[in-house]
Amino acid sequence: MKKSTNVFLNAPYVVWAGIFVVVPLFIVLVYAFTDANGNFSFDSIIALKDYWNNFLLSLLYSLVATVVTLIIAYPFAYALSKTPAKTQKIQMMLVMLPMWMNLLIRTYSWMNILDQNGIINQILLSMKLKPVTFLGTPGAVIFGMVYNYLPYMILPIYTVMAKMDNSLVEAARDLGCNGFNVWRKLILPLSMPGVISGITMVFVPSVSTFYISQKLGNGKIMLIGDTIERQMQALNNYNLGAALSLVLMILILVSMFIMNRFADSTGEGGVVV
Amino acid sequence: MKTFNRIVMVVVYAFLYSPLLLMVFFSFNSAKSTSVFEGFSLKWYGELFSSSDTLEALRNTLILAVASALISTILGTLAAIGIFRVRSKFFKQTVLAVTNIPMMNPDIVTGVSLMLLFVFVGRLIGLTEYLNFWTLLIAHITFNLPYVILNVLPKLNQTDRSLFEAAQDLGATPSKAFFTVVMPQIVPGIISGAIMAFTLSLDDFVISYYTSSGFQTLPLKIYSMTKKIVKPDMYALSTIIFVTVLALLLISNIFQMRTEKKQAGVS
Repeated sequence: MKKSTNVFLNAPYVVWAGIFVVVPLFIVLVYAFTDANGNFSFDSIIALKDYWNNFLLSLLYSLVATVVTLIIAYPFAYALSKTPAKTQKIQMMLVMLPMWMNLLIRTYSWMNILDQNGIINQILLSMKLKPVTFLGTPGAVIFGMVYNYLPYMILPIYTVMAKMDNSLVEAARDLGCNGFNVWRKLILPLSMPGVISGITMVFVPSVSTFYISQKLGNGKIMLIGDTIERQMQALNNYNLGAALSLVLMILILVSMFIMNRFADSTGEGGVVV
Repeated sequence: MKTFNRIVMVVVYAFLYSPLLLMVFFSFNSAKSTSVFEGFSLKWYGELFSSSDTLEALRNTLILAVASALISTILGTLAAIGIFRVRSKFFKQTVLAVTNIPMMNPDIVTGVSLMLLFVFVGRLIGLTEYLNFWTLLIAHITFNLPYVILNVLPKLNQTDRSLFEAAQDLGATPSKAFFTVVMPQIVPGIISGAIMAFTLSLDDFVISYYTSSGFQTLPLKIYSMTKKIVKPDMYALSTIIFVTVLALLLISNIFQMRTEKKQAGVS
């Protein structure tokens, strides 16, 4: 094993990751703490206080979406793990297939369905019922998050459930455990790693989305992603955009830290991706 | 319990597929509406294929996906071998932590941070246009690299070091021993890494949105299409993508099952 070979193998990637992963994060920091002329300033950081509501809204919506996703995905993953082993592979493919469609297309399709003149309201009208305004409501945005990221929750939970040893369940039953206790004392703790990684995989894209809120929120709901997008693309205020991104990054780091602490305390831990 | 399970599955599948099926259905609408069906027609498909914009976006997407997958696969495989061979634990952990950053960060942060890098450097060397094809390519390689490395590294960890040493004891040079003994064992990891990189690049919208201007890929094109009034041509495009993805998945699954059957027959 020659040392020079190691240098030759590692150098390109180390240089690449340094320039395009580490340096950009520092540049975000630089932009957040300077003004448009490049002078040191706290203006952008102070301006963040106007965006408190957007942060809270993002946090709230994505938390609700994550919980709803979990409530749908958990029984589904369980039911899936109980189907014959032969069909499970094909079913998993069916679950992942919508994810292969671009998020833009999926969201846009829902926008048309939920529209004032969309198919749901057409059906309501034909039944002589009053049309409902879906777009622009918090419910529609949360609905979009749940739809788009549901497979991310199903996949890791299903993976741990499929690996679970069924004889443990039988043993628990033989020893007199009832159905609910089997779930609470055995299945739930064993499926925790999958749940934790599912929560991260749904929460992170939900909290940072801007397309879902743009389309299903009808432009009325500004999440943190929307404010970043507006500063970077429409207003060209890179400094404020950087400050907002910085806060988003910190928010996610803190959430992950809390999640990992929680995972450790359940005794299982680890993220299964 | 069994019926409950069945109901859950049916409801979830209906939920996942209803918007996609409606989209396919209305792409054949003869009217301009995407909610009232007036008659069967292929005119939106015709319109799609006669628009040079869409075809160019498709070509751009493929060029970008192939180039970024190729470069990130080569670079990532070299890096995985390098990380595997290095003895220093500190170096290993640091490199792997940095590798995790683009996977943990939300896409919007990765996109914004790269955009700011390109703007910063662009201003420094006095450009007026900061973003182009090359910045987009760099961004795609950057977010693809972790997936290649994390596909190849586990395969390397599974290899038996004594085989590599045995080959050298029997007179092979280290590089020959590597290519004849280690390489065949990590090829599946390299291939799945490359496929993952290719599909991630095809599908990416958020990072491309911040790091490209002028060079329009399919997701960027779809984004600009969805900014205007709803027309079934977008549905026609989506249907084509859907059918292509479905066909590819089916083919790869059948292929996989066949090889599994063959292996089962041999052993």
